[in-house]
Amino acid sequence: MMEEEEAEESPPLSPSVIEGTEEVTPPLSVSPSSIRVTEAAQDGELLTFIIVSQKLSGTGEYHVDRTYEDFDWLQQHLFSLEDVPGIQGIIFPPLPARAQQNAPVKLVRQLGLLATGETWTPYCRALEAYLQQVAGHSLLSRTQHLETFLTSPEPPGRQKVKRGLFNRLSQAMEGIRKDGHTKDVDDFFRTEREHNLSLTGLSRAAAEPVSLNTAPLSLLLFQRFLEVVQTEQKIAVACGHFAASLQLCVEAGDDPGQETFSKMCVKISEIMESMKKNVQKVAENDVTTLGLGLDLECRYQEAEKEMLFRRTFKLVELETASRNAERAKPLKKAAMDEIKKAAEKDFDQVSVVAKQEVARFQRARVAVLRQALVRWCELQILTATGSAEQWNQQLLAFRGPARGPEPSS
Amino acid sequence: MNPPPFPDTAEQEPVFSDMGDGESDEGEDIFLGSSKTGAESPSVPQLNIKAETTDLFAEQASSTAPTVGLGTGGSSNGVQSDDDNDLFSDAHVELPTENASSSTPSGPRPAATFIPGTADMQTKSMEQLEEEEAKDTFDVDVAVTNPEKVGDGMHAFMAYRVSTKSTLPVFRNKEFSVKRRFSDFLGLYEKLSIKQSLQGCIIPSPPEKSVVGMTKVKVGKDDSSSVEFVERRRAALERYLQRIVAHSVLLQDPDVREFLEREELPRAVNTQALSGAGFLKMINKASDAVNKMTIKMNESDTWFEDKFQEVENEEQQLRKLHIVVDSLVNHRKELCGNTAVFAKSMAMLGNSEDNTALSRALSQLAEVEDKMEQLHHDQAASDFFILAELLADYVRLLGTVRGCFGQRMRAWQRWQEAQSTLQRKREAEAKLLWANKPDKLQQAKEDITEWESRVTQYERDFDRISVTVRKEVLQFEKEKAKDFKFQIYKYLETMLQSQQRLIKFWEAFLPEAKAIA
Repeated sequence: MMEEEEAEESPPLSPSVIEGTEEVTPPLSVSPSSIRVTEAAQDGELLTFIIVSQKLSGTGEYHVDRTYEDFDWLQQHLFSLEDVPGIQGIIFPPLPARAQQNAPVKLVRQLGLLATGETWTPYCRALEAYLQQVAGHSLLSRTQHLETFLTSPEPPGRQKVKRGLFNRLSQAMEGIRKDGHTKDVDDFFRTEREHNLSLTGLSRAAAEPVSLNTAPLSLLLFQRFLEVVQTEQKIAVACGHFAASLQLCVEAGDDPGQETFSKMCVKISEIMESMKKNVQKVAENDVTTLGLGLDLECRYQEAEKEMLFRRTFKLVELETASRNAERAKPLKKAAMDEIKKAAEKDFDQVSVVAKQEVARFQRARVAVLRQALVRWCELQILTATGSAEQWNQQLLAFRGPARGPEPSS
Repeated sequence: MNPPPFPDTAEQEPVFSDMGDGESDEGEDIFLGSSKTGAESPSVPQLNIKAETTDLFAEQASSTAPTVGLGTGGSSNGVQSDDDNDLFSDAHVELPTENASSSTPSGPRPAATFIPGTADMQTKSMEQLEEEEAKDTFDVDVAVTNPEKVGDGMHAFMAYRVSTKSTLPVFRNKEFSVKRRFSDFLGLYEKLSIKQSLQGCIIPSPPEKSVVGMTKVKVGKDDSSSVEFVERRRAALERYLQRIVAHSVLLQDPDVREFLEREELPRAVNTQALSGAGFLKMINKASDAVNKMTIKMNESDTWFEDKFQEVENEEQQLRKLHIVVDSLVNHRKELCGNTAVFAKSMAMLGNSEDNTALSRALSQLAEVEDKMEQLHHDQAASDFFILAELLADYVRLLGTVRGCFGQRMRAWQRWQEAQSTLQRKREAEAKLLWANKPDKLQQAKEDITEWESRVTQYERDFDRISVTVRKEVLQFEKEKAKDFKFQIYKYLETMLQSQQRLIKFWEAFLPEAKAIA
């Protein structure tokens, strides 16, 4: 089910938006901003996405089909990249959660409306943004895995990737997750951690139910936005229902009184159909602009939190190593010192990367929200203008024939 | 079928009386008193009604509705200019002026039986129609305003101001107002019912009692549901009075005039019968008479049977529609609530945002969403007060119409029973003649005379009530069509206003969004 997107100046959430003026020279053979997820085809349980990207040199494009497993494969490989110093300081582009149709309502709110709408378009847009973000990331885009994902005719290996490094870290992190008290050595990070905490709260991964008193601000906003959209959809359904019921009242008959009433019903039915279409459009606008924007914001805030936790973990490791080195008996001292030095180097590298990432992230999220808000606003105006014109036409038609001079017949 | 050839357009009078407009043609006949039982005079009225309705719903006949020039603001704007202009004057909307060079008027399709040159006819008949309607409203405007709580505790009640504007000589002043309470309205209805229902009049029904609603008000609850309840009742009482004064017979009733004019009304008692359940029971009893007739009525024309069936069907349909609209209203209210909560979240996020421009934009957006909440609220009110209440009113009114048919049935039954009694008396007389009992014979003869006159009387009553019911129903249908049309028009206007407001909000916000950096 291909959805044609409205003509836009630049695709939303593209690297050009996120990167700003940063120069990116990936060895990637495709242009990051050209990556599109054009289609989602469902065959029973299997959901396949078509991904198109433009070659950087020469003309031509790559068309590949991928499933969610392939996306997951990519993400896991990104997590376990080697030879990327300070990789733990990277804010990894967050992959949208797996789409589940007919998911229970509670879960729906967490996954976002992306997976629940009538079309796959929003979800495709989110996956597309993910790919563009990875491709546009100076460190992550160099991986062969991305190249394979985007260009290989064969789907990348769909075996389960061993979760490796990050999983061990995640387990370890549980311990310090709730610890917001680990003092930071760097003011920059202290403020950032506080800020992130206020936005994301102490919640765990977004897939779990969030209780209101610990609900992070951005997620709360997103949930409430979803509720607005869902109510809009309900209104559309009610209008449609009303329109249909009115049609049932229409009866053919000779009686003039009956005829007038029937005509009236048809009229109101038309009005209700118009209203239904209008509300549907409003809901659609909501989802494709602010909806996507807020969803990305939520996921990225989580991703930043993960990164900050990882860095804090490194700090804890460093502090532990320092203490050990201090207290070490002369025999072990040298070894402990080595460990401490390594931990120090590691932590410094991570902090350097992290600082860049945070700065980049702050710029990017402002840009993303800006675009989402501007676009949302523009579409509201557009839709409302069209709707107003429709009502105006209806009103004019209602008033009947002109009182002016009649054209000669 | 060819219509009679149209006289020159210069002669308006003959045109009017010959073809007339569909609706006022009916009116004309009845007001002149000539009873047209049976079918209407053939094609002409039928034709004109079609023409009329083709006007009103012209765009349905053509897929590309021509842009019609607007009769700017001014005087009569077609049908909605009747009934209570003053009260709805604020509903006037500035519509963008369409290019006045309208193409073909959306008039009647030539395929119908008009000959060329009828376009002028069309305009004239619109004017004439409006004159007729102006006459119909009898130049009385009624408004119900200023609900005020009087007293405290469980004996408190709401007093409403009933204001009347009229140039009719029967009133002492041109403008006057009085204070009335809900039971006064019910009392009026009861008086009218007793007097008029036997005649077959359709008497508009007042809104229903509501113990729950009123208790909240009495207790002093100031929440939005009490406010809504009072507003709903006020609007319903207003519509009730408007319908009464639009009715020629009822307007002349001294009770109605007293209600409108007299400073202090004696407190109405015995209004229990008019609670919602009681009212319905009364109606159903009357219309049951139609269904449970022991002697089957042999209708000379099927008009009454058909019409009754129609009324019943329509009532059912409107009931169903009302339920659907109710659900729409509820969803809109829900949207209101959701929007408010969303706005709060947005404000919180704006406060905790570091980036200055983004923070400001988010805070502005929170304010815009607050305005949107108000907009949704107004929309819900529109849905409710215009659509839902319209349907609710007519469900009740159609019930009243059914009741009228029932009254006619009762009249018929009374006539039939009188005839049987007469028959029995005659048989009794015959028996007495045979038995040769002269003393009882005198009594028997007197009986016969009495019952003969009764039979005549009841027959006359039945004929009269038949005429009245018929006239009332046709008038009712006319009013209903006008009412619906007017309400739809109002609804469209609120839709348009709503979108225009929305555009303003977002156009004001757009620069803020763009200023984010």
